[in-house]
Amino acid sequence: MASEGIGARVLRKEDARHLRGRGQFVGDIRIPGMLEVAFVRSPVAHALIRERKKPAGFENSVIFNDDMPGVLPITTRSSIPGYKVSDYPALAAERVRFVGETIAMCVAPNRAAAEDLCELVDIQYEELDPIVNCATGRASGVKPLHDGWTDNLFLRTSFDQGMDEVIAKAPVVVELELSTARQTMHPMEGKGLVAWWDHRAGQLVVHTSTQVPHMIRIGLAECLGIPQAIIRVAAPDVGGGFGYKCMLMPEEVAVAWLAYTRQGAFRWIEDRREHLTAGANARQHEYKIKAYADERGRFLGLDADVAVDCGAYSVWPFSACLEAAQASGNLPGPYDLKAYRCSTFSVATNKPPFAPYRGVARPGVCFAIELTIDAIAKAVGREAWEVRLENLVAASAMPYTNVTKKFYDSGNYPASLLEVKRMIDFDRIRSEPRRDAKGRYLGVGFATYTEQSAHGTKVFAQWGLPLVPGFDQAHVKLTPDGALEIKAGIHTIGQGLETTLAQIAHEQTRVPLKDIRVVLGDTANTPFSTGAYASRGIVMTGGAVSVASEIVAGRIKSIAAHLLQVRPEDISFRDGAIFAGEASVSYEDVGRAWYMRPDQLPDDVDRGGLEATGAYKPQIDSGVFSYASHAAYVAVDAETGLVEILDYAICEDCGTMVNPMIVDGQTIGGAAQGVGTALFEESPYDDNGQPLASTLIDYLLPGPTELPRFRISHMETPSPYSAHGLKGVGEGGAIAPAGALVNAINDALAPLNAAVHTIPASPERILAAIAAAKPTLNDAA
Amino acid sequence: MKPAPFDYVRPRSLPEATALLSDESANAKIFAGGQSLGPMLNLRLARPAKLVDIRNIQALRAVRVDEKSYSIGATLTHAEIEDGAFEDFSQGLLPFVARGIAYRAVRNRGTVGGSLSHADPAADWVSTMAAIGATMVVHGPAGERRVPAEQFLVGAFTSKLGATELLTAIELPRLSATARWGYYKVCRKTGEFAKAIGVTIQDPRAGIFRVLAGSTEGRPVLLARSGETLATQGADRAAGVARQEIEEVLPHLEPGHRQQLAVAVQRSLQKISLLETV
Ligand SMILES: Cc1cc2nc3c(=O)[nH]c(=O)nc-3n(C[C@H](O)[C@H](O)[C@H](O)COP(=O)(O)OP(=O)(O)OC[C@H]3O[C@@H](n4cnc5c(N)ncnc54)[C@H](O)[C@@H]3O)c2cc1C
Repeated sequence: MASEGIGARVLRKEDARHLRGRGQFVGDIRIPGMLEVAFVRSPVAHALIRERKKPAGFENSVIFNDDMPGVLPITTRSSIPGYKVSDYPALAAERVRFVGETIAMCVAPNRAAAEDLCELVDIQYEELDPIVNCATGRASGVKPLHDGWTDNLFLRTSFDQGMDEVIAKAPVVVELELSTARQTMHPMEGKGLVAWWDHRAGQLVVHTSTQVPHMIRIGLAECLGIPQAIIRVAAPDVGGGFGYKCMLMPEEVAVAWLAYTRQGAFRWIEDRREHLTAGANARQHEYKIKAYADERGRFLGLDADVAVDCGAYSVWPFSACLEAAQASGNLPGPYDLKAYRCSTFSVATNKPPFAPYRGVARPGVCFAIELTIDAIAKAVGREAWEVRLENLVAASAMPYTNVTKKFYDSGNYPASLLEVKRMIDFDRIRSEPRRDAKGRYLGVGFATYTEQSAHGTKVFAQWGLPLVPGFDQAHVKLTPDGALEIKAGIHTIGQGLETTLAQIAHEQTRVPLKDIRVVLGDTANTPFSTGAYASRGIVMTGGAVSVASEIVAGRIKSIAAHLLQVRPEDISFRDGAIFAGEASVSYEDVGRAWYMRPDQLPDDVDRGGLEATGAYKPQIDSGVFSYASHAAYVAVDAETGLVEILDYAICEDCGTMVNPMIVDGQTIGGAAQGVGTALFEESPYDDNGQPLASTLIDYLLPGPTELPRFRISHMETPSPYSAHGLKGVGEGGAIAPAGALVNAINDALAPLNAAVHTIPASPERILAAIAAAKPTLNDAA
Repeated sequence: MKPAPFDYVRPRSLPEATALLSDESANAKIFAGGQSLGPMLNLRLARPAKLVDIRNIQALRAVRVDEKSYSIGATLTHAEIEDGAFEDFSQGLLPFVARGIAYRAVRNRGTVGGSLSHADPAADWVSTMAAIGATMVVHGPAGERRVPAEQFLVGAFTSKLGATELLTAIELPRLSATARWGYYKVCRKTGEFAKAIGVTIQDPRAGIFRVLAGSTEGRPVLLARSGETLATQGADRAAGVARQEIEEVLPHLEPGHRQQLAVAVQRSLQKISLLETV
């Protein structure tokens, strides 16, 4: 029998239903009597609410903040000194702080009627000056967005080690100003929930499209002021999360409140316009960088000023400061850097509250550090890959503690760079003309990153978050007919956990994969997990499944040994059955013995039976570091500013691969989003704080024809610190494309002496860069 | 994103449709493929009291052919034009343009008349029909009138169509076998509206030498001087003139946008010279 355990390329268990359109997402759930909710949202970025009037006859169908006494705002406390708290109300009462903020909830038999009702609600605003960018938001004297704040920053941090010495003597200094656009995350399925009152259980049941069902239960209980025991959060199929679904949303609180107080069924399904405007909450950073190097391009020090455009409120539980903390900690990247200074500014602005999007800060910092490396290379007159190689942490230095105290556990970063250089055929590219037959400019670019994954208790505690992950737990049980049931509180949001967790359980028990069922994401019947984020699932829950399955495997062996009249040590699993020499019993025989014929078992049988709950976290809380190098080969049409990706190579290492096809899928999906970040996606705001990309005509997502065929090669360096040597891989793909692609574009534009420093690298920005390098457009023709 | 309430009617004849539209106070709106109107309804940017679905009116699907010209009905879909549902008299131009509009799902429903009536400056048919020198056949309570395609747009999203009028057909000159055309769009991604469109049509036998810049934020612009140069000195020379002419006639646009328009037009001309050398 072909292996189905760790490392096997098996098809995903969840695909059968998804490919046939038989998944069950929030939008597919029907509860008898269910009513629809639509929200009245602020049309202005910043205003005092002067008056709110319900239409006559609809007093009960329109809900304002005052109708929800006792409901608390979403408030994220943090233990970090200097952090400022914001109160994010389910429905705004006195003041609105971004376009799209929820003000009233309208209930009707269907969504169209609920939207009709929204139009009848009369809200009067007194507009205030909005803060629409970091520069304004961090200027001294600006009126803070929240009462009681002394300045307009959620948090300011600074890190400084060894810079003074470097500044004095570094022969090469490179300065850069870089910025990344605000983005929306666009899971294929938007946010949404159905909440209803279960009279039999006496419970508020919340089916919400979430990555973190157990956390949402805690958050809802806090905001609604009711015991957690009377809330059940059961996530259905989730069509992508990417971080958008790892926070408690005002809409969740409001709709859950309705179901709780009215003891009925209600739903809200986010539409694309709501997502594009009220959900524009990710990625926007600004960097001022000064890098110091020697004549070979070896990094001597890095000085950075990083501002994050955090929006109006802090999200729960990840706070408005996680992004900046991650930016500051990860900016040095995979490089051996001894001196580092970094100030971060988490700026409050009149935009939707910032949330952690796949890669959390790292797509931004990777872009920043990778452009910096290329700028250093240019300054010292060497190829960028050589300078990169010069600076990457060497395999012989592993494990390596970097300047920000990140513990790089294992890997060979330079090897991944050399591999993508080979894959992209760098030497051939350099030997060929710099322009193609159509006159387009050709360029190649690299980026290397580390992806801290499955970081745990101490790291999150240090970030001051209100909810810190500890051990993840999983429950494993052999059924009376010899199948295996796995229950875990994490949720699958498209990343294939129903398959990979089963593969891990198979590795321990050898129960055939088809007989292993995985149940996830329901607070009523799964053990606690903080959920799916931070590339932690396979390491944390995978580890817990491994522990629990190992216990159950031992008990299976004991019972089988008794049935076969041998010692447990003589038992082995083979071909879907349990053997002692040539004699065998089936898993079903074992299940039947424990559950149905205990008379066959000895009195001293292990009373834990055939089920166990396992708990796991890695030996270190600092995370296990995946990493990859990306190389991009592009053609830039200097007349139109359009970029074509000719080739794209990735060499990644996420430790032991549970299922290489799923690793490929995660890498490709992430890289596709990274191409969006690099070339297409942008949620601009005007001076009044109005979002300008409110439909998909204005917000460009890359489609199949814009994406290259990503070529992937793998290295497999098991982590010495995690079960089975696993490392996370969920976010990585999204991190490097902006760095690799913009470096490639700038390499292409080098003959024109032009360079782009803002993403997305749109045709307009590329043409502007060319125009800035050469005064007249006519020359380019 | 659900539309405000509206009534829906599906007339079977042109007079019936005209009657439904003639009462301006009824606030009726024509519904063809729904590919532009649908989103506008959902966003509640359009709030008609009544939708008049014209897809069941057979007369609006007619193709009529003369010796020198032909006309195509307004509700023929992009997909039908792409697939060659009727004989092509454009030497491949119309099927080529149709194939480049949006995605197949949109082309299956979107109609040529709907696209023209919607009057989006970035729409492909708006530029194509103006470049080819087509004529819009407009039907209203007062009878029928004709408007040259190049004058059809008044500005972005406004055309010469009155609220009670209907575009019934488009009349086009037949291109001869020696005709050459070039159509070039600058798009950030497949299926996206063009940032810039360049069209060149050259048919010496029919005396057609036309060069056009489209997706200009307003009416597409026929580049008269470039057209003359094309007729007298050929495509390569015309390409040089076109850039200058665009600078002159579209001074209000962003320099980057003018640049993209110039490139689109030049590349449409280039296509002609490439064809000439074959
Ligand atoms: C995702 C997407 C991408 C697109 N990309 C492109 C593109 O690349 N290029 C492009 O050119 N177009 C593009 N379009 C637009 C598409 O071509 C539409 O089909 C077209 O613009 C409208 O045609 P329709 O038949 O769907 O008209 P409808 O949406 O039904 O109507 C549009 C407007 O015209 C009016 N109208 C319709 N027919 C008539 C008539 N006969 N007489 C008078 N008024 C009439 C309606 O009242 C309405 O105001 C895209 C659309 C979508 C959704």
